[in-house]
Amino acid sequence: MTQYFLIGIPLAAALAAAAWPDNRTRPWLLPATGIVHTALSLWLLVSPPQVPAGAWLGFDPLARAILPAVSLLFLACSLYGVSYLRTRSERSNRVFVAGLLAAFGLMSLAHQARHLGLLWIATEAVTFASVPLIHFNGTPRAFEATWKYLLVGGTGIALSLLGSFCLGYASLQGGGAGDLTFAALSAQGVALSRPWVLIAWVLLLAGYGTKMGLAPMHTWKPDAYGEAPGMVGAMLAGGVTTVAFAAVLRVRAVIDAAGAGREAGITLMVIGLFSMVVAALFLLGTRDFKRMLAYSSVEHMGILSFAASIGGAGVWAALFHIWNNSLTKGSLFLSAGNIRRAAGARTVDEVGGMSVLTPRSAALFVTGMFAVTACPPFGPFFSELLVLKAALSGGHGMAAAVFLGSLLFPFFGLTRLVFAIVDGRPRTAARTAGKLFPETAGVVVPPLILLGLSVWLGLATPSVLHTAWSDAVAQLTPPVK
Amino acid sequence: MMASVEFIVRIGLWFLLPPLLPGIVNRVKAWVAGRRGPPVLQLYYDLARLWRKGVVLSDLASPGFIAGPAVAWVAVAGAALLLPLGPLGSLLSFRGDVILLVYLLALARFCTAWAAMETGSSFEGMGAAREVSYAVLAEASVITAVLALSVQSGSVSLARMMEPAVGSGGVLLAAGLFTVLLAENCRVPFDDPATHLELTMIHEVMVLDHSGPPLAVILHGASMKLLLYALLLVQAVVPLGGLSFPAAVAVLAGGVLAVTVGVGLVESLLARFAFRRVPLLLTTAFLLCLFALLVAWNGGAA
Amino acid sequence: MSSGLNLLIGISMGLNLLALGSSRLPSLIRVAAAQGVVLGLMPLLMEHHFSWLVALTAVTTAVVKGVVIPTLLRHAMRAANIDRDLDPLIGFIPSLLLGAAGTIAAVALVRVVPLLPEHRGLLLVPGSVAAILTGFILLIARSKAISQVCGYLILDNGVYLFGLLLIHAMPLLVEAGILLDLTVAVFVIGIIVDRIQRAFDSLDTRKLTALHE
Repeated sequence: MTQYFLIGIPLAAALAAAAWPDNRTRPWLLPATGIVHTALSLWLLVSPPQVPAGAWLGFDPLARAILPAVSLLFLACSLYGVSYLRTRSERSNRVFVAGLLAAFGLMSLAHQARHLGLLWIATEAVTFASVPLIHFNGTPRAFEATWKYLLVGGTGIALSLLGSFCLGYASLQGGGAGDLTFAALSAQGVALSRPWVLIAWVLLLAGYGTKMGLAPMHTWKPDAYGEAPGMVGAMLAGGVTTVAFAAVLRVRAVIDAAGAGREAGITLMVIGLFSMVVAALFLLGTRDFKRMLAYSSVEHMGILSFAASIGGAGVWAALFHIWNNSLTKGSLFLSAGNIRRAAGARTVDEVGGMSVLTPRSAALFVTGMFAVTACPPFGPFFSELLVLKAALSGGHGMAAAVFLGSLLFPFFGLTRLVFAIVDGRPRTAARTAGKLFPETAGVVVPPLILLGLSVWLGLATPSVLHTAWSDAVAQLTPPVK
Repeated sequence: MMASVEFIVRIGLWFLLPPLLPGIVNRVKAWVAGRRGPPVLQLYYDLARLWRKGVVLSDLASPGFIAGPAVAWVAVAGAALLLPLGPLGSLLSFRGDVILLVYLLALARFCTAWAAMETGSSFEGMGAAREVSYAVLAEASVITAVLALSVQSGSVSLARMMEPAVGSGGVLLAAGLFTVLLAENCRVPFDDPATHLELTMIHEVMVLDHSGPPLAVILHGASMKLLLYALLLVQAVVPLGGLSFPAAVAVLAGGVLAVTVGVGLVESLLARFAFRRVPLLLTTAFLLCLFALLVAWNGGAA
Repeated sequence: MSSGLNLLIGISMGLNLLALGSSRLPSLIRVAAAQGVVLGLMPLLMEHHFSWLVALTAVTTAVVKGVVIPTLLRHAMRAANIDRDLDPLIGFIPSLLLGAAGTIAAVALVRVVPLLPEHRGLLLVPGSVAAILTGFILLIARSKAISQVCGYLILDNGVYLFGLLLIHAMPLLVEAGILLDLTVAVFVIGIIVDRIQRAFDSLDTRKLTALHE
């Protein structure tokens, strides 16, 4: 029963936010929801409920392995949000708060969806709920970003629906009775019609890959992340993408069961490595630090796909990396948001010397940069190490080499950009703006918490997470016959 | 003996009937516009008048100026004789005669364009260029339509190709061929035969310098070509094989009348297209014929 | 039954090409609407006996795709004060030829993929693929936002067409999917179009180039 509250509470809070009359107190709904949700999901993490096999919805091992990370990220963002929205008191936050809560509730729904159609509806609804978040700033550039997000995202959604139809048709041909739960589809196994399974995999990978932001379907990402407020970027990069990745994992399990696991693995690996290479190239070139974060997100989605393509230990490492990605991306987006508001600009040509203007955010930003480029002792180092180990022991030597190479270049790109922003003398234009942005605890502590969690996760991964990830891998891997 | 009588009768029919068609088209246009319009037999009067007139020849023009229209007329007449007439069959039928028909029509166009170029006038050169560039596109449709017919009948001889009934691909073919008919005969929306503005003319501007008997030959040839295409269209779409002789002739005549009235209606209801839109329309016609071909390939299943 | 259905699918394929060839936005919207109505009729033809659920799907689809969305689009068009897509990224003739090639490829494709016995001889799969390709071409080739929305609509029609294969086995998936998708997608896109117009004074998406590397 508790798992339904995970969905119901944010949605109810969204309704409340829509009806809430006061613009000043409305943002407090965010942390209230965040605290309750995090408490519930951590409790479910420790004591997972039994999920009936045919249930459409449930806190199953995969949801258990991912959803708490999203809850933690949302909690940090919601704490940040109160302070952030206070600085933006000039515009109504009704739609923003309601949209954020609705998107969060729908993400919880999508993570727990055990039914192909339900998963699709939830993912689609998340997309629409996040539209008002991206154009919160109301500038022409924000509209442009929203337009691209909708057009590309909408096309991705259409493709994933088509893929779902194809999978459904494969099941019909295999003698299925129209039951589209993942468990039922996996149970059909090789009876699923193979050509349709392959078509479905391509379409679903393209569709959900668009939501993840895998290259070459990543074009909406830099725009959306660049124009959206920092906390929205954090929720998109750490929340929405995990929904899409979980969808890919669930679909992949069905494809595996249908005996097309090899093809699925190869496509996933190729697209993952391609995303990493593309992201690395763009990271070397970009001059805008918020777009930089978007390309970094593309890179990490590539890492996730690559890890998932290896299977077994790789999937385990991918689940580990999801946590690390959500936490470190969160801290990076939030601190970048601070710098962006303080400097009033986003490119290295206009921003500099932020260590003088916003010392705490700058320190967080640099630390977060080291975390996200997988420097020890942060979590991403350990998860990427595990990915590498899984790749090598799986006999993917060449792929591992490409993987390592495309980890190196983003490091160069990110350090170049980050130090250009933090170091040096403040630009004249930014000097006055910096005074107007107070670094209160509300905007500094949330990213700090996320970074702390990332270190803790890397150095001392709690055993409950170990078991959660192992259970999820067991759920996704078909039993050996 | 019978053969030569039939030949003469056919030539006579092809000689006498075609000028009726432009008359009907004009009648329909007048009727839609609420005018009285010229009599149906107007073109006969015009031809007779032109035939009696003298010829004005340019000093610069070579004999091609006169020979062009003559050859064009002969080519169209030859093509007309190849065309089977429903139950009557064709005068001359052999394997691949359809290719000859297409080539004869192309030859006719070549000769008209040649004669137009002979004048050395820039207007006529422009008209010839336009006519030929439209024809390039229209010819693709004609060839595709011919292919569709030959695929579904399994034959390359006109007499046999026109026999089998056409399935739902027939609708596509009819639409495609009708568009081609409009383009080939320089009707609206491709060209406006009634225009008086040289800059927008296509066919009319090519014959601007012709006078007297050569012009009469050109006009008669044009009307013959219209009848030819109308007959081709009707036979390609309407199955005549199962009908008795009088019924078949009646259906054929009715079909040609319907096509002619259709041309008149299109001409009254549509404005001519801007030049840059014309290729789009001709591409559409080509695609229609292409889909008809594909349907034929599928055995008319779709 | 099957020939009637195939006729409708054939008409929808023709409408695809018409959409690719039309430069005026009102006629593009009209084509998309007509296709929606044609699609709405199809479930009725697939039924052997009358069923309320299917009839409801049919009517809703026809109304949403044929009336509601076109009305919204016309509204957006008037608000944006544009009515034609004069200089597309890919010309009308090339996109028409591409669409025709896609349609032919789609028809050829149906021979490769296996179908259930009751779906053999139906053109649902090629019709769907053709519409999806058309939608993609419009999305890529057109420069005006409303043309792109029409392309998205046609893409959606293609997905719906494929969904008809499953309408007996999993009606809820098909219905929930299409209605939610369409109403929300176009509604939201409609608003965006409106706002973009205010921000840019023109719906030329090529002017949306402030964000690039």
